[in-house]
Amino acid sequence: MGIPFEDGNFSLFVRGFLGTIELSALSALFALLLGVVLAAFRVSPVPVLRTFGTTWVTVFRNTPLTLMFFAVTFVLPRLDVHISSFTAAVAALSIYTGSFVCEVLRAGINTVPLGQAEAARSLGMGFGQTLGLVVLPQAARAVIAPMGSVFIALPRNSAVAGAFNVFELFSVQKTLTEKGYDIFALFFWLALAYLVISFSVGAVFSALERRTAVVR
Amino acid sequence: MAPTEEKNDRMKARRTVAAALSVLALTAVAACGKDGSPNSDSAGTKGGSAAPQLPTYQVNADAKLDGSPTWVEAKKNGKLRIGAKSDQPFLGFEDVQTGKRNGFDIEIAKMIAADLGFSADQIQFTTINSSARETSLAGGQVDYYVGTYSINDNRKKTIDFAGPYYIAGQSLLVNKDNTDITSAETTKDKAVCTVTGSTSVANIQKYGAKVTQFESYSLCVEKLLTKEVDAVTTDDAILKGYAAKNQGQLKVVGATFSQERYGVGLKKGDAVLQKAINDALKKHEDNGDWKKAYDATLGLSGAEAPSVPALDPTTAS
Amino acid sequence: MSTRSASVLYDVPGPRARMRYRLAGLLGVLGVVGLVWWVVTTLIDQGQFDGWLWDPFQYSAVQQRILDGVLATLKAFGLAAVGSLVLGALLAVGRLSDHRPVRAVCTAVVQFFRAMPLVIMIFALYQAVFTAQPMWGLVIGLTLYNGAVQAEVIRSGINAVPRGQSEAGYALGLRKTQVMSLVLVPQAVRTMLPAIIGQLVVTLKDTSLGYIITYPELLYAGKLIASNSDGYPYIPVVLVITPIYIAMCLALSGLAHWLESRGRRGANRRVAAAA
Repeated sequence: MGIPFEDGNFSLFVRGFLGTIELSALSALFALLLGVVLAAFRVSPVPVLRTFGTTWVTVFRNTPLTLMFFAVTFVLPRLDVHISSFTAAVAALSIYTGSFVCEVLRAGINTVPLGQAEAARSLGMGFGQTLGLVVLPQAARAVIAPMGSVFIALPRNSAVAGAFNVFELFSVQKTLTEKGYDIFALFFWLALAYLVISFSVGAVFSALERRTAVVR
Repeated sequence: MAPTEEKNDRMKARRTVAAALSVLALTAVAACGKDGSPNSDSAGTKGGSAAPQLPTYQVNADAKLDGSPTWVEAKKNGKLRIGAKSDQPFLGFEDVQTGKRNGFDIEIAKMIAADLGFSADQIQFTTINSSARETSLAGGQVDYYVGTYSINDNRKKTIDFAGPYYIAGQSLLVNKDNTDITSAETTKDKAVCTVTGSTSVANIQKYGAKVTQFESYSLCVEKLLTKEVDAVTTDDAILKGYAAKNQGQLKVVGATFSQERYGVGLKKGDAVLQKAINDALKKHEDNGDWKKAYDATLGLSGAEAPSVPALDPTTAS
Repeated sequence: MSTRSASVLYDVPGPRARMRYRLAGLLGVLGVVGLVWWVVTTLIDQGQFDGWLWDPFQYSAVQQRILDGVLATLKAFGLAAVGSLVLGALLAVGRLSDHRPVRAVCTAVVQFFRAMPLVIMIFALYQAVFTAQPMWGLVIGLTLYNGAVQAEVIRSGINAVPRGQSEAGYALGLRKTQVMSLVLVPQAVRTMLPAIIGQLVVTLKDTSLGYIITYPELLYAGKLIASNSDGYPYIPVVLVITPIYIAMCLALSGLAHWLESRGRRGANRRVAAAA
């Protein structure tokens, strides 16, 4: 049962755990940035940007993550773009998650009462100011819960990267299974690691939710 | 949200779906399929008329292994289920254009099947990953397994082996024009690719190589061809297959730096079947089928056939 | 939708603004076209559009394999969809149960399976039990994870049904089970349909993880075609497989919208699905 504490497996586990966290954290950051930009595109006054945003989200929300990993791993080198597997994994995960973030934000923008935007405009604010100073900050409150689901799903999805030369917890599972360790005992320890990550992310979001809660 | 916008949204969605469906329909109409295989020449005729031919096997219709429950069951169903790999060219390979399997391991599987009294069309191949081999044999989902299966004590706890029928060892596959890498010792700080979690990882890390890990060897070979990695490492048998498949582009270099004895995996405790398989291997090794099968598959890489291994006394119980 | 929410965010553009938008649009189009042009020409230079590399797709065995892959994907999806909805409904009801132990168990199950990566679950299930039937490893993995997510969706839907509904039910003398099954769940499902469908699309996409355990679904077929054909046509395969997945997902969403429009009554809440 004590697989992590035998045969020097501990460093392997730690490396895998840190790999998962590093990958998830970086991807979360870029996904958030990408999601905000895409959401802004989708509600922007420029028709071309709206079309672009819609197409982007439609394509990437409906493509399996594994297929995107294949694409970044095999298409980019053919374009003479040489990046490390880790960067490729961050790119695939951010692009995939970014479209979900965008959809959550867009749903959030719709929950902000129309009067708010109207008031902002009547004060002479432009699109950027209306969105950035008035609508998004208020939308942020409404989107915390669904955003939490998206970011709990992210570390989970990051396990796919283990099949594409990124060392994280799935690689640990494969390595130790190959060495002949008991599948269920191994699963127990991995489950524990993922539960820790998932609960931490969940705790952050519920804290955020509590802090931003207001009576409307 | 007001109903009118919803409607717009829906109409948009509907239009997208319609467009997508019409694209699909077009593809379906355009799908006038050709039969056969565009790369049937890769099955061994590349070398011209002098190319080595695969041996043919005489089915032993009198085979009778009443002491083997696996054999009795297979005979009753008229179907022999063999586990194999599908993505190792000239070793355990499935031609996607024809759906047929070929390669050295497949030939070994076929020659055993013939001796057990099963004709080629009674064989049912199943693709089974390395990591699932023990479970599928122990659970009786395949009758025996032939696919780069190294005999070791850990595995012998759950299953039995017949053989070995081939001695492989870890080696290196590089691009033809690569002169830097000639042996394991020269891989220091070079990017070397292998399969996630395999034993090859630790073996090559000892020499200071930077290890890249992917899901399968074919991904590694693709990376080697685009020069994203400097070498691919695993058993030389697998590498020879890729060298044969990509003739003129890749070569196997250096001495082997590990020893893997490939055996035929079967369910634990079936000594009758084990003996029959060992006898079959011995017979085909002696009558030259083994050498012919090698020459027509892995031999295409240009590597000479290694000597035929003696059967392991511990497996030939 | 974007037109409406957008129109409150900015004024109706005047002539100069329209010029500016057009300019920005033109630059944007040029940028995208330039990027696509660069990608396509580089791929052509690399020989990725050479006829011989695309040859495999002309053969009926390959087409059949792709078709079989699509069918295998749909089969796994169908089973997992039904399984996850049933499991989701059970878990959701369990989490709202009056009995504390039931609540605790259901909450634990939901939290656990929401946190576990599908790859790791499917891989462990395959290794331990379903070596011979990878499909069941995939289906059960998908059912457990998506069931947990659907449970959360359905639960929030039930909570969103106005209190008066259940109170009215009790006032009529219905039992808790009856209130749940006759009053609350039907309304919850209707309001949560977009989120449920969103998660079903995720389920459909996640069937692609079956390739890791040799279940011959679409991605596995694609990978085998790419790795076992001359020249390793990974890019052609990606270009063929991706539209098929997108079309399947869009068809599913389209079906959902159609169902939704038929069953629409009362308020409609939209909640985005988790990735």
